[in-house]
This record gives sequence, structure tokens and C-alpha cells, in this order.
Amino acid sequence: MNRSPYITDAPSVSMIMLKVLLALVPGIIAYTWVYGGGILISLTLATITALITEAAILKIRQRPIAPSLADLSAVVTAWLLALALPPLAPWWLVVVGTLFAIAIAKQLYGGLGYNPFNPAMVGYAVLLISFPVIMTKWPAPLALATTPLAWTEQFRLIFGNILPTGVPLDAVTSATPLDYLKTQRMLQQEVTTISQASIFGHFGAKGGEWVTAAYLLGGLYLVQQRIISWHLPTAFIAALAFISFIFNIAQPSQFAGPGLHLMAGATMLGAFFIITDPVSGPTTPKGKLYFAAGAGVLTYLIRVYGGYPDGVAFAVLIMNMCVPLIDAHTQPRVFGHKR
Amino acid sequence: MNTIIQFASKLIKNLATNTANDIHKFHGGVHPDGHKYESTTRPIAQLPIPQTLTLPLRQHVGYIPKLKVKVGDYVLKGEMLAEAEGTVSAAIHAPTSGTITAIEEAVIPHPSGLPDMCVTLTPDGKDQWKPLTPIDWKNTAHSELISSLRTSGIVGLGGATFPTHIKLRKDRSSAIHTLIINAAECEPYITCDDMLMRERAEEIIQGIAIAQHLLGAAKVVIGIEDNKPEATQAMAGASQSLTNAVVTTVPTLYPSGDARRLIHLLLGVEVPHHKRSTEVGIQVFNVATVLAIYRYFAFGEPSVSRIVTVTGNVTTPQNFEVLLGTPIPLLMAAAGGAKPDTTHFVMGGPMMGFDLPTLNVPVTKAANCIIAASPALFAPPPPAQPCIRCTRCADACPVNLQPQELYWFAKSDNFEKARDYNLFDCIECGCCTYVCPSNIPLVQYYRYAKSEIIALDKAQEAADLARERNDFRLARIEREKLERAQKHAERAASAKNNEAKPELAETEKTTSNPDAVEAKKAAIAAAVERAKALKLAAANIDAAKTGTDLPVQAESTPDNTLPNIAEAKPDATTSATNEAQAKADKQALIAAAIERAKAQKLAAAQTGATPKNTENLSAKVKAEIDEIEAIRTKAQQMIKSKAPD
Repeated sequence: MNRSPYITDAPSVSMIMLKVLLALVPGIIAYTWVYGGGILISLTLATITALITEAAILKIRQRPIAPSLADLSAVVTAWLLALALPPLAPWWLVVVGTLFAIAIAKQLYGGLGYNPFNPAMVGYAVLLISFPVIMTKWPAPLALATTPLAWTEQFRLIFGNILPTGVPLDAVTSATPLDYLKTQRMLQQEVTTISQASIFGHFGAKGGEWVTAAYLLGGLYLVQQRIISWHLPTAFIAALAFISFIFNIAQPSQFAGPGLHLMAGATMLGAFFIITDPVSGPTTPKGKLYFAAGAGVLTYLIRVYGGYPDGVAFAVLIMNMCVPLIDAHTQPRVFGHKR
Repeated sequence: MNTIIQFASKLIKNLATNTANDIHKFHGGVHPDGHKYESTTRPIAQLPIPQTLTLPLRQHVGYIPKLKVKVGDYVLKGEMLAEAEGTVSAAIHAPTSGTITAIEEAVIPHPSGLPDMCVTLTPDGKDQWKPLTPIDWKNTAHSELISSLRTSGIVGLGGATFPTHIKLRKDRSSAIHTLIINAAECEPYITCDDMLMRERAEEIIQGIAIAQHLLGAAKVVIGIEDNKPEATQAMAGASQSLTNAVVTTVPTLYPSGDARRLIHLLLGVEVPHHKRSTEVGIQVFNVATVLAIYRYFAFGEPSVSRIVTVTGNVTTPQNFEVLLGTPIPLLMAAAGGAKPDTTHFVMGGPMMGFDLPTLNVPVTKAANCIIAASPALFAPPPPAQPCIRCTRCADACPVNLQPQELYWFAKSDNFEKARDYNLFDCIECGCCTYVCPSNIPLVQYYRYAKSEIIALDKAQEAADLARERNDFRLARIEREKLERAQKHAERAASAKNNEAKPELAETEKTTSNPDAVEAKKAAIAAAVERAKALKLAAANIDAAKTGTDLPVQAESTPDNTLPNIAEAKPDATTSATNEAQAKADKQALIAAAIERAKAQKLAAAQTGATPKNTENLSAKVKAEIDEIEAIRTKAQQMIKSKAPD
């Protein structure tokens, strides 16, 4: 019988997913520091929902449950979705989003390895379209909030929709820089004036830019560990920086520069954790460059011309649709074939 | 965008490759643990002559050799037991003196585990050589040396077992400019080439000189992985006597010992996928093979022994020089025996080797390494999980294939797509499986897809052949029917004419006899029809001929001296050569049929006999033809008996 090779040297799928989770930890710590403990509740809720949903669907599909739960892919989806949602969103929003991501976007397509779309982003897009008002109610960073909520108060808000007496919802939420930029631009304000607002930090959102920096740190760890290839984040960031730079140079009063676009919104989360989903992404090195560059350009266009303040989720989903085409047309030259 | 990417990748490549020795790196590759140390601490040991030797006739790529001995024959050491038959074939010799005690099927070391014809030799212990005659290779004609080598039984000892005399022929389109000596030995555990170079570098260099002379190669490059410093030193020292030769170390990276990868590493030449290295002027030999060439020319010794690494879960791993046909259990015992937790035995290395069907098989020319395997050494793979398209396999593939796509196509039996994605460029090196986080046995999927595609192609070819043959037969039957009708008409006409002659002799010349005219018309029409049918048949044959007019490639797995490729390649090559042979046979058959048809037509014109094309057809077709013939004779008899009326 021929069953060589007899030796292997590969991390397991579980180990790969574990490292992705590990790489998210700095971001989560920064998030908690900036926005309070609400995110930890969302993460827990999403994780539990993801595992239960995955187990239930596997049972219905009569597939072994334990190996699929152990691969931790459901937890990665849950965390990415939770991190993309506003942290003080009601508990059911997290549950519904995760349920949709795992049950519909992942398991109904055949489970891990078979889903054509990024499950977390499908969940996010469904929530954004279905509940646009809640989805854009971001809490103000603790440092900026007029009445910062204690952790217990955040807990009560998430589960019971109860705010401390005398505190209106507007007092704890604020516009995100990208949101503010969009609405103010509609009011014909100039970018230079807009970015004077207190919600802006050195590059992105005040406070929020630290979360973004932490994502970047975790992402670099993933590149160093060879969990993700450098092609995707590099091309995504380069494309987004390039297009925002060109627009900004052409009309500085109309378009924000690359600094804001790179450090605000979901740029770094997207660059290192979202567009790098291997299952729904391209496989060839050149394809990865095209895919990520396309996602970067689309993200920018949706941010500037689209109906939503941020565009990572839709950009990724649109590029997911192009993956078969990209793969088919970017096959690398096989050894000994024509150059 | 494209140009930027190309420029960047070139820049990176240049930075990466401008290192020592100007090595040209290939894509991918893996770094498995070498495990070379265990078996290199002791010198190569000679194994005593065993009680019996079992020699499979099929120990090489190509046709099975023709047996020349019978049970009871006494043979001397080095006497030929079976001679090479056909182009790609190799002889088998008696590894020691003794008596042939059996010629029967026995289990051979092959992944299939199927028995094959073997000669059993019971040694007399004298180990007496037949009279040996060294060959003065410097002053002998090339063709003579090649035909002499054909009787030497020497095949590629790196594991590919391709008959060596074919690789040294000069009758190729392009001359060989560079001879590469493959001493990379990239597979883990295997050290037989390493030890051979350490101990017998001088003899290897002598063999290289002969091979260089035979090929007329201006340049020699000896490629050794940098994990063999002792061997490199020995070879560098000995190679001083060669002209225009260089010893080059290549980085330890599996599979650098694959011939095409090694050529790229050493020369920066990518052998085109559809060509053999010889077509770009490069020939590759393994070190053990050139040593065998030296022993043959210097002493007249044919291929009767080889070096085998015995390692893994054994007490004292070591290399042994053993007679071909030696039972492997003796080798195991010589290495101190397999430890108790040994579960199975692997022939070849851990990347490309295969499970021995049983330990009780003989050493063959392909047996470079026997590994006693245990769960601690080769952990059984965990259950496969879904592919997550992480593309680690693509990063590791030395051919730059997309293994995840090939897996997808093979799994869904989408064979055409698999072929489009260059499945047949896969060298089955195992790098993809080695790095797969989902533990998917990728290489198995590729082997499966390849064998399915080959089987489908064969079935298609057989169907095409059957259709051609049937078309030919139908055309012939039609032609014969017409001829019969014509004859009948002629006979009828002449009968009528004879009857009518006395009365109508005069009128026939001036006016026309309606009957005779009709008969003539029928005859003409029949002749025209016949001509048409013949034309059609000829066109069919031409079409068939051009359709199958592919270059006959007798020598199909060329120079792939990658260790342990034996298990995969022999089948492919045999089938490829068989296919080529079948095509050649078919062409010859068609050509012969045309010739015969012409001759018979001529003969028929002279004698009036019906042409036949019954030679070279299968028994079934012959039976059919006989049946038709019988009916025809009967019909003719009936016509004859009726004719007088």
C-alpha cells in the first residue's frame, strides 16, 4: 500500500484558529480600555451562540459535532462579528447576527471550508440592513462621554435596555469619525473643519485609533506566524492609502487623507482578520493581491460615495463573489511551463 | 500592475538567490527532519551470502526480460538469468553461484503487494564469478559499449530503476552538454548514497568519467545537499581527476533530489514540462549508478548487488552492501533487529516510500532504504478535516501547482479540470500532505485521479481502435458484396451471351442485346461502387493513421533519479511505453493492412481470388470472419447450383 508521506509538520486547524483568536486579544484589551466592558459581554454572547448553533446544525446534518467545534472556526467568526458590532447593542442583535452567520452563511453551504462568503461579514451585513439605527449607535469613548457608563450599567443596557436614571441614550453614544465625516460632508462642511471635532484623534477616532493600532499589532503577529500571507493586508492597506491619497491631493477640502482612512473604522480589523479568511478568499498569490486591492478600493468608494459610513463588510462580500474569477485568471506559472 | 509585481518578485528572488554557489532556488519545498545521523555512524557492511536468493524478473522500468534458465540449472555468479527484451528493459544476473531451484510467482516489494515472476537461486557458497572481461571503454566504439551495457543489468539505482544503457545512447536530437550527478539524497533517513560517496568516491569519479565520455558531455556538475559535508569533501577531492567538473552543494531542502529540481538548482534551467532533460542537453545520473557503470567496464561485473540503508526503529541502523534477491528479514537481523513496537516496514524514504506488503520480500535494484516504522516514528495521521484553502500546500509545492484546486477536482472526479490544472506535472513528492493542517492525504487523491485518467484514456483508445477496425471490416464486407454481385452479373451475362450467340451474333455487333447491355451496365456500376468503397476504406485508414500519428516515445520516464520514485513511476512508465508500443503496433498493423490490400488486389486481378485481411486480427474477429466466409461460400455454392438454370 502506498500512503506516503508518513511524516507531517503542520499546525492543526485548531491551532491556526487559536492563533487568530490570540492575535485579537490586544485589540480586545484596547477596546475594553477605550469603550468599557460591554464588548466582553458581546464576545461571550456571540461565542456561546456560535457554538450552540454550530452544534445544533451539525446534529441536524448528522455530522460529527466534536471535531467541528474543536476546530474553533465558529469562535473566530463569533469574535469577528462581535468586534464589528457596536458594543452596547442589545443582546439579541449579537445573537441574531451570530445565528445567521453560522447557520446560514456557514453551515447551510456545507460548513467549514465550503462557505463562499465570509460568515462574520454576512452576519454583519444582515444586521446593518435590518437594523440600521441600532447598528450605527456607537458608544462614545469613555474619555469623551458626558456620562461614562460603568461596566454594570453597560451590562444592564445590553440585556435590559435600561439606562441609569436621567441619562439619555445620546449622552452615551457619539458619532464615529467616518459617520461624522459623512454627515458633515453632506452639510457642505470642509474636511479640515470637520476633523477639528473632538471625536478625532491623531489619525482616526480619539481612543478608537488605539484599538486599530492593537489590531495592527495582532495582525503583524499573524503574518510573522505565517497564519496569513503578507499579500492580503499589504495590498488592502496600500490600495486604500493610495486611493485616499489621490483623492485627498486632488481636493483636500472634500476628501480626508490616508491617515484617517487607515486608522478609522474597520480598516485594520479588515486588513488582517476579515479579508484574510482563507475559505472565502482567493488562493493564488497574485489573486490575493487583486482581491485585497479590490477590497481596499471598494471600501474607500463605499465610505465616500456609499450609503454607509464604513465599507469593509460590503467590500469583502463583493470581492468574495469575484474569487472564482480571480483564482481562475491568476494561476501561477507551473514549473517547466511557458513564461 | 503586472510589471510592478514581476519587478518586485524578481528583486526579491535576486536578493534571495545571490548566495553561495549561485544556486537557483525552486519554488516551495519542505524541511523534514533528516534522521541521517543514525545510519551514518557505521561503515557500509557486507552481508553474508544468504540461504536462498529470490530475484524478481521485473526490477526496472520497462519490459520484463526474457528468461534464459530453467529449474535445475547451475549458474555462476554474474551469469545472465534473463536478458533484456525490447527497447526499455534490463537483464537479470545471478548474484552468486548456485542452482536455480524454482521459477514461480512470489510477492515482490511493490506497493500493489501482488506477486510476480521470480527466479529462486540456492547458492552453493563458493561465490564463484563467471569469467569476467573488462572493457577498454576508451578505445571501443560507442555503439558497442551501449549494446554491451544492455547486458549489464544496470538501472538507475536512485530508485527510478530506468535502464541505464538507454540514457547513455547518442542517437538523440540534441547533444548532451552537461552531465549532472545526483547526490542530493534529499529524502530523510536514506543515507546509502552519502555512505557510498564517503567510502568509494574514487570509484564513483571513475564511473563519472566513463559516463561523461559516453555522453560526450563537456561539463560535469555533482550536486550534493549541504547536510553531507564528509561526502562533499570526499567527492571534491576525488573529482580533481575529472575534466571540467565541479562539486556543488545545494541547500538541504526536500525535494532537491528530484532531477528537474536539481537541474534548476545547479544550472538555473527549467526543463520544459513536456520535454526530457536530454532534449535540453542535460543528463542526470545517480552516484550509485555511475559506480555500477565503473564496476562493469573496469571489471566486467554486472549489476548483482546494491547498498541498502536499514534504519528507523532498529537497534543498530546501518548501510549494507547486499546481493540482489536477499530476503529483507536478514537485513533487519543484521541491523540488530526491529524493536518490539515496530508496526510495519517502509521501503524508500518517509516522503515517497511505501508499506512493504510483507517483510518477507527480496532486495531489488530499487531498494535504497528499508525503514522499520513505529507509531512513535511515523504517527498515524489524525482524521482528515475539511480543506480551509490556507494554501500552505501551494506554498510548499516544488512544481508551483495549486494542490488545493487539484484536491477539489480529484475529490469531485472532475478529471478534465484536474488535467487542465496540470495534475500530470505533479511529482508526488508529498510536500503538500506534509504541510496540510487538515491532514488531508492529498497525494493519494492525485494518485487516484491520475490512475483514473490513464484508465479512461486507455478505454477511449481501445474504443477508437475497435471503431476503426469495425469501419474497416464493414467497408471490406461491402466491397466483397459488390464484387460478388459483379461476378454474378458477369456470369449471368456471359451465360446469356453464350445462349444468344448463335442467333444474335450478327445483331449484337450492330444493335444491342438488351440483356447484355443491362449486364454490362450492372458490371460498370458495380465496378464504380467498388472503387468508391475502396476509396472510403483507404480514407478511413488514412484518417486513423493521422489521428494516431504521435511520436513514439519508447523512453518515457527519463532521468528522474529522485529516490523512491520507483513505486509511482514504474507503473506510469510501463503503461506509457505500452501505450506507445500499442500505437506503434497499430500503425504497423494499418500500414501492413494497406500493403496487403494492395498486394491482394493485384493478386485478385491476376487470379480472381477474393482478398482477405485476416492476419493480425484477434481470435474473435477471425472467428467472425470465418463465419462470414462460411456463409459466403454457401451462398456462392447456391448461386453456382442455380446458375445453370
